[in-house]
Amino acid sequence: MKKRLPVLLLALVMVFSISIAAFGCDKVESMDAVSGGKVLRIRCWNDEFQSRFRSFYPDVNSEKSGEGVDYLTDGTKIEWVIVANQNNAYQIALDTALKAQDEKKREDRVDMFLIEADYASKYVDSEYSLDIKKDVGLTDNLLKDQYEYTQTIVTDKNNKLKATSWQAAPGLYAYRRDIAKEVFETDDPDVIQEKVSDWVKFEETAATMKENGYYMLSGFDDSFRVFSNNMTGKWVKDDNKTINEDAAINNWIKQTKDFSEKGYNNGTTLWDENWQKGQGPEGKVFGYFYSTWGINFTLLGNSLADKNKPEEEGNGLYGKWAVCPGPQAYYWGGTWLCAAAGTDNVTLIRDIMYHLTCNKDTMKAITADVKIQDFTNNKAAMAELAVGYESAFLGGQNHIQMFLEAADKIDMSNISPYDQGCNEKIQGAMADYFKGTISLDKAWANFYTNIKETYPQLQKAS
Amino acid sequence: MILEIENKNKTFLDADKTVDNKKKRKHFSYSKWGYLFLIPFFVAFFLFTFLPLISTFYYSFFEYYSVGLDEVGPNFVKFENYKQVIFESQFFKYLGNTIIIWLLGFIPQIIISLLLAVLFTDTRLKLKFTGFFKSIIYMPNLVMASAFGMLFLTIFSTSGPIANILIRLNITKHFDYSTSIWMTRGLIASMNLLMWFGNTTILLMAGVMGIDISLFEAARIDGANSWKIFFKITMPLLRPIFLFVLLTSMIGGIQLFDIPQVFTRGMGNPNLTSKTVIMYLAQVLGTSKNYGAAGAASVMLFFITVVLSLVLFVFTYKKDISTKHKGRKA
Repeated sequence: MKKRLPVLLLALVMVFSISIAAFGCDKVESMDAVSGGKVLRIRCWNDEFQSRFRSFYPDVNSEKSGEGVDYLTDGTKIEWVIVANQNNAYQIALDTALKAQDEKKREDRVDMFLIEADYASKYVDSEYSLDIKKDVGLTDNLLKDQYEYTQTIVTDKNNKLKATSWQAAPGLYAYRRDIAKEVFETDDPDVIQEKVSDWVKFEETAATMKENGYYMLSGFDDSFRVFSNNMTGKWVKDDNKTINEDAAINNWIKQTKDFSEKGYNNGTTLWDENWQKGQGPEGKVFGYFYSTWGINFTLLGNSLADKNKPEEEGNGLYGKWAVCPGPQAYYWGGTWLCAAAGTDNVTLIRDIMYHLTCNKDTMKAITADVKIQDFTNNKAAMAELAVGYESAFLGGQNHIQMFLEAADKIDMSNISPYDQGCNEKIQGAMADYFKGTISLDKAWANFYTNIKETYPQLQKAS
Repeated sequence: MILEIENKNKTFLDADKTVDNKKKRKHFSYSKWGYLFLIPFFVAFFLFTFLPLISTFYYSFFEYYSVGLDEVGPNFVKFENYKQVIFESQFFKYLGNTIIIWLLGFIPQIIISLLLAVLFTDTRLKLKFTGFFKSIIYMPNLVMASAFGMLFLTIFSTSGPIANILIRLNITKHFDYSTSIWMTRGLIASMNLLMWFGNTTILLMAGVMGIDISLFEAARIDGANSWKIFFKITMPLLRPIFLFVLLTSMIGGIQLFDIPQVFTRGMGNPNLTSKTVIMYLAQVLGTSKNYGAAGAASVMLFFITVVLSLVLFVFTYKKDISTKHKGRKA
């Protein structure tokens, strides 16, 4: 008996704790959005927004900031739930939290969450994100300075705006000044732009580059985004079933196959080692398609000969890159803020969204900050900053002005909830075709096989 | 003195009685303790393995997936999922890939492991430093499969060290394994080999060491050479361990996932020839959480594994089975 007692006790404790977990739910609170909550819970996948928030939101009590926790001057607690994006973990955790939203008490619920453009539709079209204008309370007047495409992406089928962003990420074509001088005897952006102002001229320039021993592009996927952002229709028609083989995608396939066969590209995949090396002093690639963050955070790093030496003229290709608008307008990246349905911090969320995505002065400060240099989603602020701006890395070029003009031309009215999967699978399936391993028909067949596995409800257009 | 001894005897006898009683109680309570200690395992197995298994089987008859954040189903669709997996998907192509890759790696692996196991345990050879070698060959097994995949990805990349060596030796101008079906499969198979041959060697060694040494000595005295000893004595007596190695390797091979997933970046290229069944399962379960199709594929894989296991079992013991029948007939 003495020996059995602790074992029985242990078993009893186990059963008790399991039953508490099963039956521990309290009564359900309503899902209406209210204000006055003491805790604001934000879900994201890295600390980018956290550092913007801490540096630029006015009411943060910086003395009390801790690991994953911030306090405002009025005592409200900001709780950061950060789940990295590896293996889709962020979305899986977010989905579980959102689906359980109505079973939790108000103070335990998710209040805000961040999303990326590739899967924005999934959350924007759902009932888990609040209407920014009607429910959160940001007026048209406040939102008027944002770039249109940043709003189109997160507007749902009923024309409600469901998220807002502090970033805009228009893209340009970055080219090597020294190669331009060698081949065209000038590196002037306007002249180079003439040579790449549409796809026909782009291809002619590619031939010229090949004759001089250079690659026009690094790999198969470099120009993909430029085509996919300019599709004539959505990836999947509105019946949510039929896949649309868009003309823009077919043009990308044709051009890339052409480039691969003629040797105009270096056969790399985005982000692989050779792709990165091509941006450095030993690279023979004339240009890369890059957006706002890409230029400062990726291209700059890769262009240096010695990463330990200061970033200045003389260190590798620093100062030897320039940008021009390229053949078509496109964007790459960006993060949006959503307000979760059932939140108890509506007023606070409105204030945060106002300061970080609508307020001109705050947004100007974010871009002006040398350590950040983010291109923010405010036309007036960027226009002010563009006056007389010179980028040392780009040899003194005013690329902010170029971003301004590019951002206005972006048209994202053709996004669908299936973009992330379709973009990934088409690039993967076509890689074999570009390398010459299989035929075009087989590549399309593989694409459809992969799509059917990823999205069982989709089918090929008959 | 005598009184003390008598007293001691008495207490001794009393103690004997209590010992007897205790013995009786101990017998009874020992087996109870045994079952009690087994309960945690069975509870955990039931909750975390058996119930999910039943649930997988159950949901394979339902249409159950997600579109964005909304769920479709569960709707009872009988055998629709099975029809889709068998006829419309590339399931059998992936199964073929999996088995080919497994065989490509396993056949060299078993040969090398048998060789090493026999050499390390040979009483006449008396190899030195076997402990050191055993640790070395087991080490790749300790590395995570995905880390191994990343390593090979970097070594064999188009600008990696192997490519550079081949270009410098003028063997080829441009090295890209992803354009060759057999090179990709071969690399995956060799990664599998490197990871698991240590484990197989240790197991086979344990098996060989379980064979009575006197049998070897007797054979040598009779003049048998190494080949005869290997095929007539070692292999037949190694059969149980060999079957264990064969079965576990086959089950592991059919479930091959980490290495090809990392090495081909989830695509299974070129032309889906390195896509394994579990990679297909992961894709089906990924974005759309298609429990119906995943359940159907899992159940099919289960039955295929059972059939293959029976085949291997019969293959290994076929002589025993046929002699048994002969015995009965006679």
